[in-house]
Amino acid sequence: MTPAHTTDDAPNARIEISGVTKRFLTPAGDVFTAIKDVSFTVEPGQFCAVVGPTGCGKSTTLSLVSGLDRPSEGTVAVGGRPVDGIAEGVSFMFQADALLPWKTVLGNVALGPTFRGTAKREAESTARDWLRRVGLAGFEDRHPHQLSGGMRKRVAMAAALINEPRILLMDEPFGALDVQTKAIMQTELLGLWEQLRPSVLFITHDLEEAVALADRVVVMTSGPGSVKAVYDIDLPRPRGAVQDIRFQPEFLALHRQIWESLREEVERAYAKTAGVSS
Amino acid sequence: MVSDKLDRDLAEAGAKAAAAVPSGKGLARRRRLRIFAAQLLLAVVLVGSWQLLTAAKVIDPFFYGQPSGIAKQLYDYFAQGDQATEFGSYWTQIFTTLREAVSGFALGTVTGIVFGVVLGANPFLARVIGPYIKVFNAIPRIVLGSIFLVAFGLGQTPKILLAAVLVFFVVFFNAFQGVREVDRNILNNARVLGASPWRVVRDVTVPSALTWIIASLHTAFGFAIVGALVGEVLGAQSGLGLVITTAQNQFNPDGVFATMIVIAVITLAAESLLTRLERRLLSWRPPSPSEAAQI
Repeated sequence: MTPAHTTDDAPNARIEISGVTKRFLTPAGDVFTAIKDVSFTVEPGQFCAVVGPTGCGKSTTLSLVSGLDRPSEGTVAVGGRPVDGIAEGVSFMFQADALLPWKTVLGNVALGPTFRGTAKREAESTARDWLRRVGLAGFEDRHPHQLSGGMRKRVAMAAALINEPRILLMDEPFGALDVQTKAIMQTELLGLWEQLRPSVLFITHDLEEAVALADRVVVMTSGPGSVKAVYDIDLPRPRGAVQDIRFQPEFLALHRQIWESLREEVERAYAKTAGVSS
Repeated sequence: MVSDKLDRDLAEAGAKAAAAVPSGKGLARRRRLRIFAAQLLLAVVLVGSWQLLTAAKVIDPFFYGQPSGIAKQLYDYFAQGDQATEFGSYWTQIFTTLREAVSGFALGTVTGIVFGVVLGANPFLARVIGPYIKVFNAIPRIVLGSIFLVAFGLGQTPKILLAAVLVFFVVFFNAFQGVREVDRNILNNARVLGASPWRVVRDVTVPSALTWIIASLHTAFGFAIVGALVGEVLGAQSGLGLVITTAQNQFNPDGVFATMIVIAVITLAAESLLTRLERRLLSWRPPSPSEAAQI
């Protein structure tokens, strides 16, 4: 059980993915290669976004970093140590709700510390604190089904950050939200990230979101997924409201440049799925 | 002119609607009353025609009993104290059967949940043990009662075991399915948050499967009663099943019917207790639209 980390042990938060291939056995007995020879690095405290067409193995990459799955070839290392089972200090945020519907908002946020053996009362007071930070003070006793989609995302965010992870993995966390709520949540995520500075691996199919949030954007090719290009985003920080960044000329230039690279892959992936009929 | 008339019509329609709104509750109450009256009428017609047909000897009361005879028999059972049956008071018989059914229910439920959760969470074990459970399930389990009787004698043990076996399969299959339906995201999230395998089972798997398990308990309690009764019919020293066989042997259909009614009342009472438990344990659930419409 590691204590809450500080910026001193920042090298612990480097994610190194080198030469990773992941194959699955389909129920029919065929071998399906989800990702092939993927290599890239997320520096400590860096916000790294991965974009790519549907089915390019983005989520597979994420589950390998979290330790939920193991690579068929290659290694994934977190803080210089190869990932072997569920890694310490990693939090995950999913696209779908991963909240327990029978627990209150407070109970859900307090899960992280209680799973790690913190006393209930202490865990709840930390959870209360986190609910205040995501703007949900006063909603402690509600159940998830009584909240809006945006509010549930805030609960999920508080639940993921309460363990003060050195690594935050996000799998299209805002994919199911409407455009306005999405922008608000992105701004809030940036605010919280700037306070805690975990390394973030953020998966999205929304290039605009990737450029607005990240320091580094990894473009993946379609099935089997591999790294096509890596772009560093040198927009100044703090970036402020996400809605406003989108109109800056630097943003637009980067967006266009990466889109050139991504478009080919999206078109190729689309042709593959729609190709049967054409 | 036309618009004038239209306005007037609209105003009238509005007034009518406004008048209809406050009577909405009264309407609902009247509808409930009508349903209740129809239910009562149905019971009177059914029981009444039974009584009349047996009184007129169209149906022989010697074989099919008679409502008035059943009522008298019920009164006798409860009024005669220790003399009500050859094996003691009627209450003793009720408690014997109830004790057997409840013990069997508890035993079957607990083992059903344990097996369901363990096999549901462990695909390898599920594949290995699954076929055996299917085979065991295909056996006509009532027959096991004879074996239990031979092995454990005339006491309560064979009845408890028979009830437990019947309950086990109902609960087991539901618990198993419930565990398999647990949301993968929620499971993964708990694991990443640092939950040990035991905490995952305790905090995620079991609460999530609880909806399924509780749904099975309603059917399961009925099976527990059946198990206890059949066990008693096969051979016992007391219990409602024994009362039924005795009444049967004495050509007393009223006794069989009277005991049947008592058993139905017990099952309904247990059902309402289970519904209460369900409401309490699943209070977090959003009200379903069908429940709102069921006024």
